[in-house]
Amino acid sequence: MSSQGTIIRIAGPAVIARGIPGARMYDLVRVGSEGLLGEIIRLDGPDAFIQVYEDTSGLRVGEPATSTGAPLSLELGPGLLTGIYDGIQRPLQSVRSQTGDFIARGAAARALDREKRWAFEPRVQQGAALGPGDTLGVVREFGFEHRIMVPPDVRGGRLAEIRAGEVTVEEVIARLADGTELRLAHTWPVRTARPVARKLDPREPFISGQRIIDVLFPVAMGGAAAIPGPFGSGKTVMQQTLAKWSNADVIIYVGCGERGNEMTHVLDEFPELEDPRSGRPLMERTIIIANTSNMPVAAREASVYTGITMAEYWRDQGYKVALMADSTSRWAEAMREISSRLEEMPAEEGYPPYLSSRLAAFYERAGRAVCLGAPERNGSVTVIGAVSPPGGDLSEPVTQATLRITGTFWSLDAGLANRRHFPAIHWLRSYSLYMPLFRDWYRDNMPEDFTVLRDRASALLQREAELQEIVQLVGPDALQDDQRLIIEAGKMLREDFLQQSSFSEVDAYCSLEKAYGMLRAILTFYDEASAALRRGMLMDEILNLPQLEEIARMKEVPNDRFKAYIDAWMTRLPEAFGAKAAAEGA
Amino acid sequence: MSLATKQYQSISYISGPLLFVEGAQDLAYGAIVNIHLPDGGVRGGQVIEVSERNAVIQVFEETAGLDLARTSVSLREDVARIGVSREMIGRRFSGLGEPIDGLPPIIPEKRLPIVGSPINPVARERPKEFIQTGISTIDGLNTLVRGQKLPIFSGAGLPHNEIAAQIARQAKVLGAAEEFSVVFAAMGITQREAAYFIEQFEATGALARSVVFLNLADDPAIERLLTPRMALTTAEYLAFELDMQVLVILTDMTNYCEALREIGAAREEIPGRRGYPGYMYTDLATIYERAGRVLGRKGSITQLPILTMPDDDITHPIPDLTGYITEGQIVLSRALHRNGIYPPINPLPSLSRLMNDGIGEGRTRADHSNVKDQLFASYANGVDLRRLVAIIGEEALTERDRLYLKFAEEFEREFIGQGQTDRTIEETLATGWRLLSHFPRGELKRIKQDHVDRYYFGEQMEKLWEDRSTR
Ligand SMILES: Nc1ncnc2c1ncn2[C@@H]1O[C@H](COP(=O)(O)OP(=O)(O)OP(=O)(O)O)[C@@H](O)[C@H]1O
Ligand SMILES: [Mg+2]
Repeated sequence: MSSQGTIIRIAGPAVIARGIPGARMYDLVRVGSEGLLGEIIRLDGPDAFIQVYEDTSGLRVGEPATSTGAPLSLELGPGLLTGIYDGIQRPLQSVRSQTGDFIARGAAARALDREKRWAFEPRVQQGAALGPGDTLGVVREFGFEHRIMVPPDVRGGRLAEIRAGEVTVEEVIARLADGTELRLAHTWPVRTARPVARKLDPREPFISGQRIIDVLFPVAMGGAAAIPGPFGSGKTVMQQTLAKWSNADVIIYVGCGERGNEMTHVLDEFPELEDPRSGRPLMERTIIIANTSNMPVAAREASVYTGITMAEYWRDQGYKVALMADSTSRWAEAMREISSRLEEMPAEEGYPPYLSSRLAAFYERAGRAVCLGAPERNGSVTVIGAVSPPGGDLSEPVTQATLRITGTFWSLDAGLANRRHFPAIHWLRSYSLYMPLFRDWYRDNMPEDFTVLRDRASALLQREAELQEIVQLVGPDALQDDQRLIIEAGKMLREDFLQQSSFSEVDAYCSLEKAYGMLRAILTFYDEASAALRRGMLMDEILNLPQLEEIARMKEVPNDRFKAYIDAWMTRLPEAFGAKAAAEGA
Repeated sequence: MSLATKQYQSISYISGPLLFVEGAQDLAYGAIVNIHLPDGGVRGGQVIEVSERNAVIQVFEETAGLDLARTSVSLREDVARIGVSREMIGRRFSGLGEPIDGLPPIIPEKRLPIVGSPINPVARERPKEFIQTGISTIDGLNTLVRGQKLPIFSGAGLPHNEIAAQIARQAKVLGAAEEFSVVFAAMGITQREAAYFIEQFEATGALARSVVFLNLADDPAIERLLTPRMALTTAEYLAFELDMQVLVILTDMTNYCEALREIGAAREEIPGRRGYPGYMYTDLATIYERAGRVLGRKGSITQLPILTMPDDDITHPIPDLTGYITEGQIVLSRALHRNGIYPPINPLPSLSRLMNDGIGEGRTRADHSNVKDQLFASYANGVDLRRLVAIIGEEALTERDRLYLKFAEEFEREFIGQGQTDRTIEETLATGWRLLSHFPRGELKRIKQDHVDRYYFGEQMEKLWEDRSTR
């Protein structure tokens, strides 16, 4: 019997090979005489359907195909942070040193540096009974304690030997009684979720530093959010902003079928920016997966799995990880493209019938959990998925399937983006299902009236929208003064509170405390103004108060000086109305 | 060519632009073939699928005159290539890269595959050099930077050609004197449109620095799939090997997409939205992503693709997928055009995503970003009010609203409607400030206080008058 199969058909990234010995679903295959990497995605009798991760030009029918016997797997261990990888975890820096500024096919590069030595400190002793996920020891990676764990697929046993010292990822650091060798790094198949001891309900919000998110539509630490929106509405800027300022420990940024320059932007900017909590460069908590739109489409399909597997690996160490996937639509399209080249029967809009189950399985890998193994620790993976609906039409399959499984929906609006209202998250159409889970957290961490103020703000915005509709029909004259005041308050909330430029030095990140202060300022102003109106103050007088402009400029008051500023401002506020009222009375 | 070149005779099926050849399984995927016609003519084609049974060949030119019995196919080249050289500058080529200016063929320095290779993201350099186009709506509100891909979304009958020509004529990087060139690729445009561009290039002396590829309306549609790739391969050579600053104009991408749809239909693929292939996003990305800068290399490719939106619909798959790939878009407005405003660029749906990197202190001016935000907010407000006025009449508006309404009018007339003039960035910002100064200072909430203090016109003007009267 032959030890290899033969290619019988080539259509772009889809290749069919006959008679590959031992072919199994999702096993990696070497295709053609150049040995291009591919993955078996369907088996039909003797024929294996293969998606090839590299350009197939020049490939011929009759060339060989051999299985590697293992599925697409990642190398997980120290040295991933600050890295940038393609969709199948090839480090793009090494690819560049091999094939130059332009990516040529056939680059073979290992994900982890083989030379670098890490100071390994054991945390368990010879003779200890170890199970999957148990911590063997740690190495220091930038500011992180990088836990070296017994891989989840190792059964465990008594520790026969362990050694401290400066080691590379390949050297054996420990041996179990049955002879199993353990190293700093291990491998894990990307399409298999890494196991946890137990899933937990999310309890606390993921703090983004963005007012509209933190106050109105929070996502849970360990939850999933979808950002659908037409082109240019701000998905990427939002994901980059969250990658910069959110309170996750580790960020996995997946550029899936998007622009090359956006990756460059992150690479250029993150090393220069400082993590406000650790004071270290933001890049040190970041891993980038970049499979841009012009890179091979099968590797694009794999890229989100590569990302989520890395996220789980850091979660397993007990960290809070956030994964940004930009854009999940391009992943879905990669599935569609390959499926159609294989002439599979399509479902809605040409997507394969398994589209929604794949999306669901992916988002299911988000979550908060008690990690596998000792010592006990919790970790979480928060997933933020951008969706790029054709023509901005949210009824399309990818958006719909995503909304069924994500708990937070940030609906980006082309109209808002066109008038440069950023973030262009629509305040009436977005939602968060996580809010009730945070009740205790808010009670413990926020002023008592925080949730009350938030609910009032939502109600005001809703009321303002209704009044705006009336204005559109019959003009502003039809409104009473108290209704005009609602419109003014709505406008303040929209422009002076919800709008937040990611490019502003001061305002790009807003602490929850400052957000609360701004919200309180606007609502107190509104209350005082309502009372003043009832006392006979004129609407025009209210509109001419300098406080209106002061509120508009509060964004530019730095976070650390805001408390002092707002306390003073609030004390003076009644005066503004009181003085007027007194003048009136006189 | 060697006599041993194998001929494949058994053509089983011809459908639209596709040719199915039996027993040609030793042709590699992507190979370029010669198709020998019964009358002795030769056409080109590319293998787009190959299996044990047959090879599917996409014919670049017409399939008219091909038959099953006497047509044969032979291998020409492993992949589609174009010979490039510095001598291409100043020359004119067909959509397939053959000289059409009556001059002798060029002697290539290299033959490069036209599909190109993706720039490694780590090898890219972040584009940030401001290009002054002299057009206020672009420079002031949607700034173009070197290495950006910024398409013009137009509609039938709108002056996109004039704008593209104006940009090509006026574009400059302040304070830089480098070698630059224009690569122009026409896909399915009319003879008249092509002639307009060439005239414009000639008038400004740009022709001598241009490489022109022409696939006109009456040229074979399938050829259009190669034309932009021929042009971009040339551009990459000029930019990244000869250190030149290259502006690539691709027009009209709508015709390119039509050709793509034709191939999809001929292959009986399951069509995506409005009949365009499901892989159109990926296909377009392999064109648009070929722009940018590369670390350690001096040259750059700035792309200015032009497309006409069918029925002025920005959600149509062609503008939609383009907008999802490019770094913004310049959108033309029929309403502005009807009102006699040139260039009729509607700033609201237009966007430059790389603007932030190209403006500000040391690049344009410190107040640029604030002024842009304020102009956008004020104009958007004015446009909203216009709609309101249409329903309820102007009388119902407040004093403040009227200011915005008036602002929108003047903004369109003076800021947008600059005509063929070439404005410096200073002039653009001054025009912006002059218009904004019709508002009371307190209305300019998007602008930092110190910029208002420095640039607000009203007071400066008042001050000026005061100074005079006290003299
Ligand atoms: N939060 C923000 N603050 C300031 N500007 C923003 C913000 N969000 C978006 N923008 C502006 O909008 C532009 C487009 O945003 P972005 O690139 O994120 O869109 P996108 O939704 O990712 O589009 P695509 O789907 O085409 O990738 C940005 O270049 C920026 O100018
Ligand atoms: Mg984006």
